[in-house]
Amino acid sequence: MTQGLQLDCRLDCGNFSCDLRQTLPLTGITALFGPSGSGKTMTLRMIAGLEPAAQGRIAVNGTTWLDTDAGESVSTHRRGAGFVFQDARLFRHLDVEGNLHYGAKRGFAQRSRINMSHVVDALDLGSLMGRRVTGLSGGERQRVAIGRAILARPKLLLMDEPLSALDLPRRAEIMSYIEALPALFGIPIIYVTHAIDEVARLAQSLALISSGRLVACGPVQETLARLDLPPLTGRFEAGVVLDGVVFEQDEKFALTSLDIGGQQLVVPALDLAHGESARLRVRARDVSIARAQPQGISIRNVLKATIAEVVLEPDTAFAEVRLSLGVQDLRARITRKAAADLRLKPGLPVFALVKSVTLDRRLLTPAVRTDGQEDPLH
Amino acid sequence: MTGFDTAPVVLSIKLAAVTVIILLIIGTPLAWWLAFTRNRLRVIIEAMTALPLVLPPTVLGFYLLILMGPAAVPGRWWVSLSGDTLAFSFAGLVIASVIYSLPFVVQPLQQAFQAVGREPLEAAATLGASPLDQFASIASPMAVRGYITATVLGFAHTIGEFGVVLMVGGNIPGRTKVVSIAIYESLETLDYANAHILSAGLLAFCFLVLSLVFLLNRRFPIEAR
Repeated sequence: MTQGLQLDCRLDCGNFSCDLRQTLPLTGITALFGPSGSGKTMTLRMIAGLEPAAQGRIAVNGTTWLDTDAGESVSTHRRGAGFVFQDARLFRHLDVEGNLHYGAKRGFAQRSRINMSHVVDALDLGSLMGRRVTGLSGGERQRVAIGRAILARPKLLLMDEPLSALDLPRRAEIMSYIEALPALFGIPIIYVTHAIDEVARLAQSLALISSGRLVACGPVQETLARLDLPPLTGRFEAGVVLDGVVFEQDEKFALTSLDIGGQQLVVPALDLAHGESARLRVRARDVSIARAQPQGISIRNVLKATIAEVVLEPDTAFAEVRLSLGVQDLRARITRKAAADLRLKPGLPVFALVKSVTLDRRLLTPAVRTDGQEDPLH
Repeated sequence: MTGFDTAPVVLSIKLAAVTVIILLIIGTPLAWWLAFTRNRLRVIIEAMTALPLVLPPTVLGFYLLILMGPAAVPGRWWVSLSGDTLAFSFAGLVIASVIYSLPFVVQPLQQAFQAVGREPLEAAATLGASPLDQFASIASPMAVRGYITATVLGFAHTIGEFGVVLMVGGNIPGRTKVVSIAIYESLETLDYANAHILSAGLLAFCFLVLSLVFLLNRRFPIEAR
């Protein structure tokens, strides 16, 4: 039995076609990331069985959902693919409780640890129960939609940009609910988004989609560090995520030191205990490279690194460099001229200067920005 | 004024009730199909459903009379089945009314289903609801206004029809003589009193029914549980 969500399927809609060949992991949260119009929603709809014209094969942990060659197609209401739609799609003739019961009353798995009070607690729905759904705010709607989908006890949960209609504070709030779901309810999530901060904060795995093709799939850190993939995030946001563990708090200067695989990264104070972990996002444009240990500069984070890969972008001024920090990788965006002057090539030991990081996970600092706080690290 | 004959009133109400029940039963799947199909035949079926809106009742009545006559296959089949002719019978009136009032039931239902849309039905399917369950638990409660409108329009239109009934049913007391025919007959025999009673009664009845509908429509905002 093959584990994971096996996709080998196609859908042709005249001016746009999807051709998906990839096995997505069914553990934790897998982000399906790509620009608008790349086929993300269509992919979810094919998995859920909402596109009757889909061709090919879809299987979940060895259970076939679609196999057009064998004339097999399990209909949506028998698949067990929960769906949280972008627009929530609450039933407006029912109140909040009615919507939640709708999922609970039908549903898929017979025996499950998921029950009403458990879900109501996890998503803080208690105060909403008797409310009419038309009176709910965007964030409340999505919480109810998520609760309704979980109560149906699906084998996996498909979420289609559930935060796209929300303002920034709401997004941060709902993200904190979503990130807890896989552990609480044992349901893997395929999470569609075109926001890199959602990927960095929520996902363990990342699948990249471009023009209806799944071009890569792997752990978030690895996939974001790859230089051979099309610039899906845009040059401005391209970068990597690093996972670090708190090992020192400097109260005098309000700084926190994080261990990122043997090296130290200093960031503005995080409200985290010793040994707790945080996820940081480092953009390629915020990383500089030095051949020798720089002296007398304001940048605090100077990491020992080895050049892993250099990609020169023809017809532009720029080059992308992948730097190995040992366990984790960094990306740097420098000019081609700099790459040539420093004679950068794979295997060369260098120093990576990190100008700024964005904190994506367990953000508890008194920040105004909620899409990840960003500070210069000089 | 001679004794007021209530038989046409009873017959009209009976005819309208039977017609509406039949129309809701066949109109629901037809309206559902028209609302959601991607089939290219949709346009043709939609046009056929709307035909009674524009066709003169006499044209419809003429064709129905021919089909129901013993010379045509349906008429002959009915005679062999029931021993009675379809034309000039209550059953014939029901069939004619069903066809004549079809758009008045199908169109509000179709619009109501289209207003519900695919979206909540897809959501229901991902929660484990079968297509029949989706209809019963989502589409029909959301389309309740459409059902009220369809029922009332179908009922009122059947009560009020004249041309088709006259051609297909004739004027047989207790069998095919409905209120609208009775009014016409009263006029022809210069029995103005009877015509007044029936006309005023029909007017009051229609007004009451419509008022009730608008009241119900207010009471059933679909957001409520």
